[in-house]
Amino acid sequence: MTEKEPLFSAKNLKLIREPLGHSNPITVQVLGICSALAITVQLKPAIVMTLSVIAVMTISNVVISLLRNMVPPRIRIIVQLVVIATMVILVDEILQAFAYDVSKQLSVFVGLIITNCIIMGRLEAFALSNKPWPAFLDGLGNAFGYGLILIIVSFFRELLGSGTLMGYQVIPDSFYEFGYENNGLMVLPPMALIVVGIIIWVQRSKDKELIEQN
Amino acid sequence: MENLVSIFVKSIFIDNMIFAYFLGMCSYLAVSKTVKTSTGLGVAVIFVLGFTVPINYLIENYILQEGALVWLSPSLADVDLSFLSFIMFIAVIASMVQLVEMVIEKFSPALYNSLGIFLPLIAVNCAILGGSLFMQEREYANIAEATSFALGSGVGWFLAIVGIAAIREKIRYSNVPAPLRGLGITFIITGLMGIAFMSFMGIKL
Repeated sequence: MTEKEPLFSAKNLKLIREPLGHSNPITVQVLGICSALAITVQLKPAIVMTLSVIAVMTISNVVISLLRNMVPPRIRIIVQLVVIATMVILVDEILQAFAYDVSKQLSVFVGLIITNCIIMGRLEAFALSNKPWPAFLDGLGNAFGYGLILIIVSFFRELLGSGTLMGYQVIPDSFYEFGYENNGLMVLPPMALIVVGIIIWVQRSKDKELIEQN
Repeated sequence: MENLVSIFVKSIFIDNMIFAYFLGMCSYLAVSKTVKTSTGLGVAVIFVLGFTVPINYLIENYILQEGALVWLSPSLADVDLSFLSFIMFIAVIASMVQLVEMVIEKFSPALYNSLGIFLPLIAVNCAILGGSLFMQEREYANIAEATSFALGSGVGWFLAIVGIAAIREKIRYSNVPAPLRGLGITFIITGLMGIAFMSFMGIKL
């Protein structure tokens, strides 16, 4: 019997750590941008979205990884879609039952987790050729990397745009008396793109390897 | 008729898929390097949206909604299948993309060659599923309205991707700060284009 790899070996930990920075799904792999931008006006929906993506991603990664030797390659895409869609339906029903307001706020974007390219991308690139445990870690890592960007963007947009965090006012009234104004532009959709652009800028000036040529 | 035109214009400019909802960003960022390829993708998106949204509209209204199955038998009046909508929509989209691909290949090989690999990619483009989900959420009154919404969204997406591709072709000649090159500057330009598109927002239709 071959020696068993420990659950949290260096290789496995790397699966979680890498997507948080060096191979972040949003800023480096450019996957799953659509939902990332649309729901970042406030912190709360962004956190709910992150949790939903973590759930869908880890579970479908494990399921596909378990099925990997049974699925003929020709029909793998439709199998992946069915697994993801089933998970998303579950998440959507749970949200509607326990967090109705947030579910209304997220509107179509819960459904759009199905076509979120991160999930399809990781299933295709990782889960189809790895054992369930690494696939679980990879799913967790990438979902956290996605959530990290979501939370950073929504933190700045909510703080600067409406002076609140999670719905509570954090900028004291005395600031407003001195003439501080909320930046209304931050609430509008285009600013999400610009904030992500700036995050990419900061990340790439720290991590020179990621700089593109043209 | 007036109503249809105003839905069409509204979904091109005011509710633009890219600038107002960020749908289809992945392919928008990945395929917008040259004007030629992005025109191909844009046309394919208009095409597929124009097919899938009306079909999903029929499915939604005659199969999935609560009481929609009454036309089959009155005893089915309280059957509510709407929880199946995600899986039905994505199945329709995946099979429609396949079907459209085969039809185009048969009847117009020239168009098929110019669309190339973009057609299969569209199955996982969020703009397509997003179109169907918005159609469901906004409850259009009849199939004509849903179709005009779909075509308008497609045209809006087309305009956006061709616009950014043209800008990216030119930006190669300018001196962008190194860390911002490629992805970063594309994001920021898209943001600026979005701000420009917001000037349509106040228009009442």
